[in-house]
Amino acid sequence: MGEECCATGSGQNGVTMILSCSGGSNVGQLANQAAVELTQEGYGRMFCLAGIGGHLSGFVQSAKDVDRLVVLDGCEIGCSKAILDHLEIPMTTYLVLTEELGIEKNKDFNLKREEIEKVKEIAKKAGKMTRTESGATGSVCCA
Amino acid sequence: MEVKILGPGCPKCEQTEKVVKEAIKEAGIEAKVEKVKDAVDIASYGVFGTPAVVIDGEVKCVGKIPKKEDVLKWIQK
Repeated sequence: MGEECCATGSGQNGVTMILSCSGGSNVGQLANQAAVELTQEGYGRMFCLAGIGGHLSGFVQSAKDVDRLVVLDGCEIGCSKAILDHLEIPMTTYLVLTEELGIEKNKDFNLKREEIEKVKEIAKKAGKMTRTESGATGSVCCA
Repeated sequence: MEVKILGPGCPKCEQTEKVVKEAIKEAGIEAKVEKVKDAVDIASYGVFGTPAVVIDGEVKCVGKIPKKEDVLKWIQK
């Protein structure tokens, strides 16, 4: 946490928040895995949708105050979107994987590498996500 | 009233503390202002980044310096 930390930028230093439905289906877990890998690769930081759904103020306010919010829902039921709509939290980018990938929702949790990569590519393009040094860190300083 | 400023002590955190203290003074309200610098303690509030402002246990602002007008609204409610 140096002196430079948090010294610039209007919001949370431009870090993209990534939320996924992480639901109990192939597409829910595909959304989750893509969010995890995008975080590991520095394109943004996955955050806890459960905390937002639980109306915990730290999570809700974080989602409201973030500069860019990319949301990945597995299917068209749109659970993530419903949570955010309920709390009037605006999304910058919203993707429904069954629609984007044209794959069927099922209970096969053996995720295919090519599908994970495709979700990541679509998310990066749609969300205009760029790689940052701070994106993958666990630092609490300015996100 | 209990106000907590979450942040490791960087310039934005210091500025946030200044704004909050000014608002409290202007409102003429009695409030205890505490700085939370420990990363684990900060994480326990579930915030995505810092600085963050917590008033009576409720997180009001995350990752930016709040405007004094906003702080006044929060503390005068």
